[in-house]
Amino acid sequence: MIKYVIRRLMVLLVSLYVASTSLFVLLRLLPGDPANALLTVGSTPEQVAAARHSVGSDLPLIQQYYHWLKNLSTFHFGTSLIGNVSVGPEINSRLSVTVPLTLISFVITISIAVPIGFIAAYKAKTWYGAILNSVSQLGIAVPVFWVGVILILIFALRFMIFPAGGFPPTGWSNPGQAIRSLILPVGTITLVMSASLTRYVRSATLDVLNSDYLRTSRSLGSSFMEAMWRHGVRNAASPVVSILGMELATTFIGAVVVESVFALPGLGSLLVQAIAQRDYPIIQGVLFVSTMAVLVIGFLVDLTQRFIDPRMSKSLAGKGA
Amino acid sequence: MKKRHTLPLIIGATLVGFIAIMALISIFWTPYSVGDMTGGRLGPLSPHHWLGTDKLGRDLLSRVMIGARIAITVGFCSVLIGAILGVVFGLVAGFAQSWVDESFSAMFDILIAFPTLLLAMLIVAARGASITSAIVAIGIGMSAIVARLTRLLVKRVLAKDFITASRASGTSWARIIFIHVLPNIWTTLIVTFALQFGFAGLTEASLSYLGLGAPPPNASWGSLLQEAQATVLTSPVAAIAPGVLLVCLVIGMNLIADGLRDVADPTLRRSR
Repeated sequence: MIKYVIRRLMVLLVSLYVASTSLFVLLRLLPGDPANALLTVGSTPEQVAAARHSVGSDLPLIQQYYHWLKNLSTFHFGTSLIGNVSVGPEINSRLSVTVPLTLISFVITISIAVPIGFIAAYKAKTWYGAILNSVSQLGIAVPVFWVGVILILIFALRFMIFPAGGFPPTGWSNPGQAIRSLILPVGTITLVMSASLTRYVRSATLDVLNSDYLRTSRSLGSSFMEAMWRHGVRNAASPVVSILGMELATTFIGAVVVESVFALPGLGSLLVQAIAQRDYPIIQGVLFVSTMAVLVIGFLVDLTQRFIDPRMSKSLAGKGA
Repeated sequence: MKKRHTLPLIIGATLVGFIAIMALISIFWTPYSVGDMTGGRLGPLSPHHWLGTDKLGRDLLSRVMIGARIAITVGFCSVLIGAILGVVFGLVAGFAQSWVDESFSAMFDILIAFPTLLLAMLIVAARGASITSAIVAIGIGMSAIVARLTRLLVKRVLAKDFITASRASGTSWARIIFIHVLPNIWTTLIVTFALQFGFAGLTEASLSYLGLGAPPPNASWGSLLQEAQATVLTSPVAAIAPGVLLVCLVIGMNLIADGLRDVADPTLRRSR
């Protein structure tokens, strides 16, 4: 196990390195000097040179690359071109909205989708099993921002129960207000994510229910719950955990959209705004932090999966067909 | 019995066909031109404006039709990119052995774990917002999924005895790809392409909702929804129509994929 953890950690570090290098290549080698964001139309050559010097784009590429890696490894993302704020603390404060939003939605989704998925599989042949299945099929086709807009229409504008958007400027120092403004966003993510997770739980459970080992265990005299607990859960958990990891990553990124719908000051809205303003330090910082989150989630998922199902040990890539 | 199994295919084709026809017509004719702002602001549904007008007085039906065209274009082009890249890399990985194969697989896995929306924002950040950026991003994200599937299918076919027999009788690998491998895997691939077509439309809509997709006045359904959000109480249709169409597109493609799978592989029917 320790050997596996070390090996997987190496893969994590290598992919972090590859990801940060690709970010650098994508954002620097493509047309458009990052200094342009500082300049107005008709700037003098001196102004251009000064702007290039201040963002460091006049240095040779190798040197820029070196600075880039050095700054990332110490989490120094520089200062934003517009508004001149320090990128690191800005990202931190944005995370205080995005992380709770993601995690609360994630926990609620699991507690809804796992039992429903199980019931949909266990009762697959009944009418409500079929209904649960079709609803979850429908759910994966629904765009998350549309659900958000509809929820706003119903709960914020018609019945005025929850705010239509925004976040208290004082942040979490006013927890009641903060939680109230997260209810509709969490509801939006939960509705959409539950649908797809339910489908995976259903199919993983169906596989287990139709398995030979479960039938054998039942024929040896264990009750359904016993057999399910001893053999079923572990077998069904493995594919579900890997999907959960992907869903967590997708939710974290998908929060971008939900944050825009509800005008929440999260990481996603920061990124969208920065892309619109071509504010490179912020774009780089947010993309790096998001990528890191995705890769770390992948790492944790693999470790969990390995812990649940030791058969997965053979290779990192999942060898063979 | 046979009829029942083609039902999803028929429903799916109807839904997607409806949207495709709307898109086709919009190339030659829309009720009003995109820039026509003579309809009165936020007009209600009327014989002149079937879906009403937006806050600038533009006819919504016309805009929705153009949105259909964008959705279909993005779906088609990104599936094309995803299919070409994915099948080529998948074939290479499928034929490769040991570490080459393993590194390809690891690459596919990392790319699949990487949310398409993040990839898309990355490419938009570098290239600027346009339909092309969206298509390229969605296509690349998709290619990893296609590649992983292709690799698996290729490995499965290559393990068969008829491949050994064919090799023994002197057939070249290139010929084997075309006479044995591709004919045996394309049905499964088509099903995946159909599924991905719908999701491509969904991702593009998310991008344009964020203002990172097609620049105005080319309104995709995502940007229509974004514009409609501010006035959702006075004209809910503007917010509901693009969403419903998007759902129809994705569900339609899902049903087509289901139907194709049933037609292509009758043995899978029972388990679904």
